[in-house]
This record gives sequence, structure tokens and C-alpha cells, in this order.
Amino acid sequence: MSEFFSMGGYGSYIWASYGIAALAMIVLLIATLRGLRQSKTELDQLETVLKARRPRRARTTDQSQTS
Amino acid sequence: MHRFAKPSVFLKLTGAMMPWMVALTVILTVVGLYLALIGSPVDYQQGNTVRIMYIHVPAAWMGLFCYVGMALCGAMSLIWKHPLADICARATAPVGATFTALTLITGSLWGEPMWGTWWVWDARLTSMLILLFLYLGYIALVNAFDDPERGSKAGSALALVGVVNVPIVKFSVDWWNTLHQPASVARMDGPSIDPSMLAPLLIMAFAFTGYYFIILVLRVRLELNQRRIRALQLSGLFDERAAANGDDDALAYDQGHNAGAGK
Repeated sequence: MSEFFSMGGYGSYIWASYGIAALAMIVLLIATLRGLRQSKTELDQLETVLKARRPRRARTTDQSQTS
Repeated sequence: MHRFAKPSVFLKLTGAMMPWMVALTVILTVVGLYLALIGSPVDYQQGNTVRIMYIHVPAAWMGLFCYVGMALCGAMSLIWKHPLADICARATAPVGATFTALTLITGSLWGEPMWGTWWVWDARLTSMLILLFLYLGYIALVNAFDDPERGSKAGSALALVGVVNVPIVKFSVDWWNTLHQPASVARMDGPSIDPSMLAPLLIMAFAFTGYYFIILVLRVRLELNQRRIRALQLSGLFDERAAANGDDDALAYDQGHNAGAGK
């Protein structure tokens, strides 16, 4: 097992390569997922606010169109 | 074809494909890692360090692949003004930049034991560094404008000009003297690499491609959400809400900002 990890003496180079690659790809994935979740929350908040306001707006635009 | 380029259709299609894409990518990664670390032989010259290749080479391919994809999307966004093309280009840039940076880092970690140096300023390494700067420049440029449309125009132009660097990266090992070894897979006379090493290399490359498409889909959704948020914030509806509640500084600012336009 330790033979596998030492990789014929090159273990540090090889495991550093695989480790950095895994780390970078996981960080990008997490950052993307987190951004996506935040944008979803923000969008939901905006849409609920707008929905609550919509009836009044619909009336005012109707009035402006008829007059 | 344009039917599939509608954001709503894109969301529906990719939503259905996503679980399969994730499953396929996970399987490819597990099999690829097993073959790369355990199931493949050591190189007769380079010993175990050849295992760095299974990260380094697929990452380099992806760096170039993502750049070509980004530039094509940039061209489509300039020519047809399709919003999804611009969004795809923006979503691709961070993935390409990550893979290019990984190519340089793993290349250094491979160069030190095999060449005796972390870095040389030869054509292959330098052109790859320029590729990274092109990605970073693109990301900085598209985000430097308040108006996303102007940002995408500038970014697309930069991405297209930078395409000249792609063949330079590819052929640099043939055109100039270098420490870097020449191509052993994408050759005119077929791969010169043994199948036992070609298999993990290709499987890792497919795994990275799967990862790219997963991130692409997620980032396109993120960008679509952000555009919708911006559109809602800019719409006059917000002035009403701010006037009614008067509780939010940001909204009050919006109101002041748009007051002139409303009259």
C-alpha cells in the first residue's frame, strides 16, 4: 500500500497533480452551485414582490390605455 | 435548430439530461482514475510520473476545446445577436481557464522530475500561458461593462482574435525546439501511444468533457437567472414598490435612477 502511495519515489509530484486537479474542479463546481442557489433565492423574492404588486399595476395600465 | 436555442427549451432539455450526464461523468471519472493510477503500466523511461499525463493532457485538450467553443459562441453572438450564444461563451470561460491553469500546474509538476525544471520559456509553455491570459482577459472584459451587451461585444472580439493562439499551441512542438514531447495521440499517422495508456487518457478526457457540460448547463442557468433579476430590477414595476414601501435603499436608488426615464 505504501508502495502504491510512494509511486516509485515520485509520489509527491503525482499526488499533488491529482489533488490540485480535484480541488480546482470541486471548487468551481461548488462556487457555481452556490451562485445558482443565491440567484434562485433572489429571483424568487423579486417575483413574489412583483406578483403582490401586479394587480394594481394591471389596473393602472388599463386605465391609461382606455383614457 | 433555432428552436433548441430558446432559453426555455434549453432549460427543459438540459433538465432532463442532467441526471444522465452526472451519472456518466461519475462513472467515467471512477473508471478513468482506476486505470490511470492502478490499471496502467509505468513508462519505461518516465516511470510512474507518466500518470501525471492522464490529468495533464486531457486538461490541455479541454483548455483548447473550451476556447474554440467560447470563440464560436462569441462569433454567433456577434453575428446573430442570440442571447444564449453570449451566455454560453460566458459560462465556458471559467471552465476553460481552470483546465488551462491545471495544465500549466500539472505540467510543472511533471517537468520538475523529468526535465529538471518547473518552467521553460519555450513556445508550447508560453503559448499555453497566453491561452490562460486570454481566458482571464475575456472574463475581466465581459464583466467590465454595466451594459452586458457592450461587454459581450468586446469579449467576443477578444475571443475571436485570440483564436490565432490555438494552432500555435497545437503545432508549437513541431515548429520550434522544445523540451516538451511531440504529439502522440492526435497525429496524422494515428496514435503512437500504447493502448494500455491510451485507454485511461481517453476515458479521463471524456470525464473532463462531461464535467465541462455539467458546469456549462449550471452556469447558463445562473446567467439566465441573473439576467432575469436585472430585467426585473430595471422594470418600472420596481419604482412603484419602492414608492409604496420606501424601505429599501437599493430600490430607492433604482427609483431615482429611472425617474427621468418614466416621464
